[in-house]
Amino acid sequence: MILLTRKADFSSAHFYWNPAWSGEENQRVFGKCANRQGHGHNYTLEVTVEGAVDPVSGFVVDLKLLKEIIEREVVSVYDHRHLNHEVPEFLATETSATIPTTENIAIAIWRRLAGKIPGAKLHRVRVYETPDLFADFYGEGV
Amino acid sequence: MRLPHAHLSRRYHFAASHRLHVDALSPERNREIFGKCNNPFGHGHNYIVEVTLSGPVDAVTGMVTNLSDLDSFAQREMLELFDHANLNTLEPFLDLVPTTENVCIELWRIFAAYPHANLERIRVEETGNNSFEYFGDGVKPTHEG
Repeated sequence: MILLTRKADFSSAHFYWNPAWSGEENQRVFGKCANRQGHGHNYTLEVTVEGAVDPVSGFVVDLKLLKEIIEREVVSVYDHRHLNHEVPEFLATETSATIPTTENIAIAIWRRLAGKIPGAKLHRVRVYETPDLFADFYGEGV
Repeated sequence: MRLPHAHLSRRYHFAASHRLHVDALSPERNREIFGKCNNPFGHGHNYIVEVTLSGPVDAVTGMVTNLSDLDSFAQREMLELFDHANLNTLEPFLDLVPTTENVCIELWRIFAAYPHANLERIRVEETGNNSFEYFGDGVKPTHEG
């Protein structure tokens, strides 16, 4: 069993806002992240897959294919977009929202990629919001 | 409903001095074990501490823990003690050599008291080339092994 990790980058805007709460409550819980004009980050995504090494190719997974899947499923949807306004899983209703926290972005990317990588199993999705903050998701509870 | 569990890691920075020296050993033996780290007046590093917490992702806030809670805890419980300090003068290291292994274990003890999420790992970089990880006493890493 080998773990193999591919990195990708995307730059996106977001803000934290729960439509069920008052403005004051959103400010209290989310602080400056609740600024409704949004702000942005250069995110780094690390996708780790696990699998056996193919005896002929020596690959766990074809890296070019993995890169294309990440590009199609994640980067083309998230990069240079406003997550709250343009990415389906983070669109709010009048009463609820999936807040685009680093944790929820990692879960959303897991859901986008799980089962779509031929010959390998998704092991971990790591999302860096900044070099000093990242979330890891191993598929627990989905 | 079972909530998704995620791991959240936050990095903190502090600058501190230390000297690796054990009083019970002879000067020669200290020199032999610790080399230049035993130089009498100490030396310093820019330390980076990576704290990894886990827990259910709150269905409303989308968070394992609120970062402002974690940052203020880290500021109060760690950075105010460790930043711009001589580690040898801190209470935990009065009788314990402040290697980065021991710093890791002490920081585990500090962050284990954080009330809002489960502590998974403490990782400390002493320099860009040295890093140390602690998962709690007797515990092996569950995901990376």
